[in-house]
Amino acid sequence: MSDLINASLSELSAALAAKQVSSVELSTLFLDRIEKLNPIVNAYVTVDRARTLAQAAEMDARRAKGETGPLLGIPFGHKDIFCTEGWLTTCGSKMLSNFVSPYDATVVSKLKQAGVVTLGKLNMDEFAMGSSNETSYFGPVKNPWDTKRVPGGSSGGSAAAIAARLAPAVTGTDTGGSIRQPAALCGLTGLKPTYGVCSRYGMIAFASSLDQAGPMAKSAEDCALMLNAMAGFDERDSTSLQRETEDYTRDLNKPLNGLRIGLPREFFGEGMSADVRAKVEEALDQYRKLGATTIEVSLPNSGLSVPAYYVIAPAEASSNLSRFDGVRYGYRAPEYGNLDDMYAKTRAQGFGPEVKRRILIGTYVLSHGYYDAYYLQAQKIRRLIAADFVEAFKSCDVIMGPASPDTAFAFGEKSGDPVKMYLSDIYTISTNLAGLPGMSVPCGFGDHHLPVGLQIIGNYFEEAKMLNVAHQYQQVTNWHREMPAGI
Amino acid sequence: MSLDLEQVQRIARLARIEISPEEAATARDQLNGIFGLIETMQAVDTTGIAPMSHAVDVVQRLRADVVTEQNRRDAFQAVAPETEAGLYLVPKVIE
Repeated sequence: MSDLINASLSELSAALAAKQVSSVELSTLFLDRIEKLNPIVNAYVTVDRARTLAQAAEMDARRAKGETGPLLGIPFGHKDIFCTEGWLTTCGSKMLSNFVSPYDATVVSKLKQAGVVTLGKLNMDEFAMGSSNETSYFGPVKNPWDTKRVPGGSSGGSAAAIAARLAPAVTGTDTGGSIRQPAALCGLTGLKPTYGVCSRYGMIAFASSLDQAGPMAKSAEDCALMLNAMAGFDERDSTSLQRETEDYTRDLNKPLNGLRIGLPREFFGEGMSADVRAKVEEALDQYRKLGATTIEVSLPNSGLSVPAYYVIAPAEASSNLSRFDGVRYGYRAPEYGNLDDMYAKTRAQGFGPEVKRRILIGTYVLSHGYYDAYYLQAQKIRRLIAADFVEAFKSCDVIMGPASPDTAFAFGEKSGDPVKMYLSDIYTISTNLAGLPGMSVPCGFGDHHLPVGLQIIGNYFEEAKMLNVAHQYQQVTNWHREMPAGI
Repeated sequence: MSLDLEQVQRIARLARIEISPEEAATARDQLNGIFGLIETMQAVDTTGIAPMSHAVDVVQRLRADVVTEQNRRDAFQAVAPETEAGLYLVPKVIE
């Protein structure tokens, strides 16, 4: 059974098809590990053994009736931002600490259709606002590589669950780096697709023009299999894109001869720590050995991505989070006077400090007299940032760089200074602003044996190519197979 | 630009978040730090650049005007803090 915790999704699928293991047995294996290890890593907020095993039995029954499928019977964890019918769905907040969702997010229901069993709900920064998981109402997630360090965020519970082998694969979301940065810090593979590829329906909104769901797993091949089930048009999401169905595994085995890798000089300047730089350079050498060529490109406005993001994302968040008013769902203050007082007390008590901070920023930049100077200016800069990528992709097929400037940092190291924390997403935010797909792939270990992530950015809708580029690297390296000691 | 306490209180009021004087002072300092970062945008000349409000250029889809959703009021109100006879209860608004 122990090799099952390290198995790829296709190995698990083969074992299930060959009746070497049932979905109930496989789910039990992971539930037992969660019971033993979750008190240490705090990756899961909610586990419901009976519900999980009932789902697993249903998948075994579907298989017994002759159904097959690459994900049928495999258990996944879901980031607690995804509404899951009958499960507590908290978004890492006191505001939703009592919210049992009456419906499934589209991503969740599509995975269910594909036969995925829900193992539980994964911890995250409150309302996905954070880069370290320290803003969760349910306490910080510990990085399985060093439990004194953060797992990254906001999909920190998702990342830690994979690293500690508490799930074969998990869902995540990425608004400014929330899949790629924790994937880098925990040594796993994560993909944020092109904006609009995965439905946002039932995914609790943070910044709607940036939010995108994606797979997080051990390998690129696993991510491709997951994306096949997660992607697709959804009429319930007004920004979901109507496109032909794709098989994201189709190009995995293509050789990389002639691949042109663009290296933005702005990503290789100061700011990146020496150990991260060394591992990213080694990965690039490996790509050259695989037949790729590297060329320098420029993203001249990328330095403006963090400032523009911290106007646009809070502006959208202040609007989205106005729905939490203590009337229709979630927390309501126990004592209040009039209606206005009920709103103000509910929101003061229900939201944590980082969420309040961003609501205040957003409210300010959208308020009368400041809109043009901040919000409109940020949107214009967003256009410049997107145009930089269009220009860069004229001379390369993919762009590479670090996913995060540092490896996992210690608890408390950045939480006292919001600006310092915000800058840890300096390499990931520009792709969200442009709507481009981005990945993080493990490429070695830095100081203190902490994982380093290589970022791969593709052109619009080139997920299959990025997965090919990542998969070929994973055929000649073993970084993605490494697992923390003591787990 | 620098926010003062009164402005922070005003923003919090607009956002419907009760804020104590101590919290307002902390928020002021942190927001001023964040706006220090944001202000770097102001040096950029964006004359003639069209604002980009969305990641992809798509037009709003239209759909046929037909009923597609079922009434699930009971399920949705089951998660509400206070309801009665199918209505959400809030403090009295009109005296």
